[in-house]
Amino acid sequence: MNCGKCKTKAVISLPRHNAAFCKGCFTTFMHEQVARAIKSFKMFAPEDRILVAVSGGKDSLALWHILLTLGYRADALYVNLGIGAYSDESHRKVRHYADTVAAAHGAKLIVHVVEQEAGGGIRELATVLHRPTCSTCGTIKRYQFNRAAVEQDYDVMATGHNLDDEAARLLGNVLHWQDEYLEKQGPTLPASVEGFAKKVKPLCRLSEREIAAYAVVNRIDYIVEECPMAKGSKMILYKEVLNRLETESPGTKQRFYWGFLEKQNKPDVPKESMAEKDQRTLHPCQSCGQPTTADTCSYCKMMAKAKTATPR
Amino acid sequence: MIVQLSHPQRQVEIKGPKRTKELLRELNLVMEAHLVIRGDELVTEDEMLADADQVEIRPVISGG
Ligand code: SF4
Ligand SMILES: [Zn+2]
Ligand SMILES: [Zn+2]
Repeated sequence: MNCGKCKTKAVISLPRHNAAFCKGCFTTFMHEQVARAIKSFKMFAPEDRILVAVSGGKDSLALWHILLTLGYRADALYVNLGIGAYSDESHRKVRHYADTVAAAHGAKLIVHVVEQEAGGGIRELATVLHRPTCSTCGTIKRYQFNRAAVEQDYDVMATGHNLDDEAARLLGNVLHWQDEYLEKQGPTLPASVEGFAKKVKPLCRLSEREIAAYAVVNRIDYIVEECPMAKGSKMILYKEVLNRLETESPGTKQRFYWGFLEKQNKPDVPKESMAEKDQRTLHPCQSCGQPTTADTCSYCKMMAKAKTATPR
Repeated sequence: MIVQLSHPQRQVEIKGPKRTKELLRELNLVMEAHLVIRGDELVTEDEMLADADQVEIRPVISGG
């Protein structure tokens, strides 16, 4: 398989775009997709200071890398959750990227260690609070990121949420009709009340597979192992279901999520009701009187044709 | 060929030569959720993998 642009050997094919790319053209494609998201969702301007939430995983490190490569002023914040070997390893990966790549761009890494303030890791904390680990974790991460962004005067906070994350979350919200969450699913959330930073998701046009491929091609060393608490999560199930649909009909995930965003963006024009539309378009069939949009209904047309057709 | 898998980390031995696509099918894995890496280079689904190749199949789904 060859690159659709320069005809050298391809390293990845993207069925949803009906395309295949070599390393160089793939990297260019990814940068263009992120630039497009930043522009169309009015995420930030070239002079803005950005704080990237990094975890050591592919999405957040790739996001930091892309923003720095595109020339943005992007620092990062890592929260060490104190989950044994997983946290040690992810912390090492983030540190390594910060020292070997980000520093050369003049970007810095801010670290918050949960154990230092809470006296224990996230699991111990969840146990004493009688709360699920992931919800405790969510509260801590949201708080720390927002606090760092506001206190250190960043214009915007960026997270590595990708197309799969957003499509899976949308599926979950629709399955349970969580209307109030649906409103917050856009890739740009404005700074709401005083004290809440603006939040953006520049990777919202890219799938997980594309982002992982970008990390491999650009030699970004990220943690492949998952947080042990994620095992058996609903999100993973939703993603698996969506990936099965995607395999059968490429483009399903983007049509689902982008279609939702488009609908959300349309101003509410008063729509014709179904009954009004029926009254406007339907009238009795010339030959049988049943309702139809044509002169003769499709049943009568079918029967007329059957009668004139030559018998076998 | 030796195939490295994750979640949990393990290795399996698969007879080559074999196309990437067929290797994934044999292991019951969806393309959309995995990358196939030979040595340290990404390969497409039509690539022929030789018996002597070092192959890694890397999952890309994360649960966060
Ligand atoms: S899986 Fe749960 S505990 Fe682990 S990082 Fe995600 S939210 Fe936090
Ligand atoms: Zn090319
Ligand atoms: Zn009729």
